[in-house]
Amino acid sequence: MQPSIAIRDLTLAFGAVEVLHDLNLEVGQGEFLVLLGSSGCGKSTLLNCIAGLLDITDGQIFIQGKNVTWEEPSRRGIGMVFQSYALYPQMTVEGNLSFGLKNAGLPRAEIAARVARAARILQIEPLLKRKPAALSGGQRQRVAIGRALVRDVDVFLFDEPLSNLDAKLRADLRVEIKQLHQQLENTMIYVTHDQVEAMTLADRIAIMKGGSIMQLGSPKEIYNRPANRYVAEFIGSPTMNMIEGNLDMQITPSFSAEGMSVPLQTYAFGSDAASGPAVFGIRPEHVEAGEGAEAMPVRLDAAVDLVEPLGSDTLVRARAGDRNLWARMPGQPDLRPRQPLRLGFDPARAHLFRLSDDTRL
Amino acid sequence: MGKLRDPDCNPLQARAETVLTDYAARAQAASGPRGRKPRRRLSGRNIMIYGTLFVVSVYYLLPLWVMVVTSLKGMPEIRLGNIFAPPVEITFEPWVKAWAEACTGLNCDGLSRGFWNSVRITVPSALVSIFIASVNGYALANWRFRGGEAFFTILIFGAFIPYQVMLYPMVILLREAGLYGSLTGLIVVHTVFGMPIVTLLFRNYFTSLPEELFKAARVDGAGFWGIYFRVMLPMSLPIFTVAMIIQITGIWNDFLFGTVFTRPNLYPMTVQLNNIVNSVQGVKEYNVNMAATLLTGLVPLAIYFASGKLFVRGIAAGAVKG
Ligand SMILES: Nc1ncnc2c1ncn2[C@@H]1O[C@H](COP(=O)(O)OP(=O)(O)OP(=O)(O)O)[C@@H](O)[C@H]1O
Ligand SMILES: [Mg+2]
Repeated sequence: MQPSIAIRDLTLAFGAVEVLHDLNLEVGQGEFLVLLGSSGCGKSTLLNCIAGLLDITDGQIFIQGKNVTWEEPSRRGIGMVFQSYALYPQMTVEGNLSFGLKNAGLPRAEIAARVARAARILQIEPLLKRKPAALSGGQRQRVAIGRALVRDVDVFLFDEPLSNLDAKLRADLRVEIKQLHQQLENTMIYVTHDQVEAMTLADRIAIMKGGSIMQLGSPKEIYNRPANRYVAEFIGSPTMNMIEGNLDMQITPSFSAEGMSVPLQTYAFGSDAASGPAVFGIRPEHVEAGEGAEAMPVRLDAAVDLVEPLGSDTLVRARAGDRNLWARMPGQPDLRPRQPLRLGFDPARAHLFRLSDDTRL
Repeated sequence: MGKLRDPDCNPLQARAETVLTDYAARAQAASGPRGRKPRRRLSGRNIMIYGTLFVVSVYYLLPLWVMVVTSLKGMPEIRLGNIFAPPVEITFEPWVKAWAEACTGLNCDGLSRGFWNSVRITVPSALVSIFIASVNGYALANWRFRGGEAFFTILIFGAFIPYQVMLYPMVILLREAGLYGSLTGLIVVHTVFGMPIVTLLFRNYFTSLPEELFKAARVDGAGFWGIYFRVMLPMSLPIFTVAMIIQITGIWNDFLFGTVFTRPNLYPMTVQLNNIVNSVQGVKEYNVNMAATLLTGLVPLAIYFASGKLFVRGIAAGAVKG
């Protein structure tokens, strides 16, 4: 099946500054792709290139098999939702929804039908006669989504649509967007720097850094097998515990750092694993603390340093030697600073990265 | 009797006392500061502020007062010399004369001719220059085109070249184009010279509007003019008001271009006013001069009064931001 969107060797430079370099990406039909990355990594820029709002420096863009590299934004078959909603302030909600359709010269009956359908799907029918100024943030964002919806296109582009909303509303609308995607089944590219949004919404996540894609994969892949140290540290909260040391692949593979040695027979090595300086990573949620630690293959003694109770579970920063390790403990254990604590983990759940280039071993 | 005074033995009195202390406590609370803080009207600070304001307004209003009263007096009364005194006998004769009979050069049909000339100059000049400048500003702010920055720099630079330097080249240009001495020629001159500052005004305003709005309109398939008329214009009333005021008053008050680029029968009101006031023949008719001056200033004044609020909003909205 042909991809819904294909990007080939895309380069974009603002003057002398190259923001995107030789970027290649394919998005399948009906796929929900999330672009995730820290601020300034070029997510919006990539989205604007796909939408045709920026003239690209080099490369090609295909949408539904058609080369749209030189096409106007309105003729690419995309709908876009912006972070600041970007509703036309002088038009009513109805005017906002129908503006694009009027520009396309659609018959009046067709416009009315599409607006009515979008309003029904997004439950904004009572708001149609209002101006954007008279709407709440969540309602505005719904209208903005509606403006993309009425265009009846195959591809939706979202640029951080929820980041202006408060936490509760963000969670609600996240669910609504997911439902909308299941209902419409069109391709969506969604930019965010919220990893919860990325993990919950995406079929695949593209982690970006400095204008290139570090890893592209399903949320599970990204979480379970991060391709490099950057991805490993970016996904997960609190971030993965990282310990620098040495990997020894001689008779039995093992990792050693000051004051600890970890046997790695159960670790799934990649094909090019070799002895040498390495970084050992383990997620806080895979570090068992207290009684659970005894059942783990690797154990160490530590002392409680800092406790962050979250209600459902508790984050503990423990001090082992001169290292700090984060652990996530279920429930609400009663812990005091400086109290001794046993830590344990299973090396099969660990992540090893080569120190020189940060790639996964 | 002593028993009766004992509060423990007299429940009635005890209750009365608690009620009393309650009341006292509440009275005390009520007497403390509460609600809005009272302002003293006659503080030293207020006297300073209002005093200064009063003196300054008198300073500005006195000349206006002199002009108004003088224009309403007859010549004999003026010759008495009390320039601040209100007219003993109000007469509108000077106003009528200034408007319809005063002589400038060969014509003796008063300022009315100049007024209509000025209208015919100001209205098209203001409309054309504002339209072009707003489109310029919109293009510079939203459609980043090759050479746009250079164009803008040159335009801004143009705003700082003294007009006098460009007078002669402009005369030659207009002569070659066959527009010298015509109303059209003067309108072209006003449009061109108003361009830098008004373009700057619009560019800054459009830059201050959210960029995503423009992007959304492009995704919605609106073109250059579609976005300008349907999205940008409806949001730009304040800045258009500012531009209108700047241009109308500027062009109406212009004297230099009016003298240089037109012929006597096309002189704008300001030039005609000067010719009336400075005419050397006959007696100086102060009352007519005052009336003529007031008549000339009436249009900008009316514009300020009509749109003062919008003006302030427009200035605050975009003109200062850069
Ligand atoms: N018009 C421009 N001219 C020059 N550089 C630009 C321009 N627009 C963006 N950039 C640069 O390009 C880089 C990527 O910007 P972009 O807006 O795509 O980041 P982003 O990933 O969307 O970040 P955020 O999460 O903060 O929105 C940034 O370093 C930014 O400084
Ligand atoms: Mg962005």
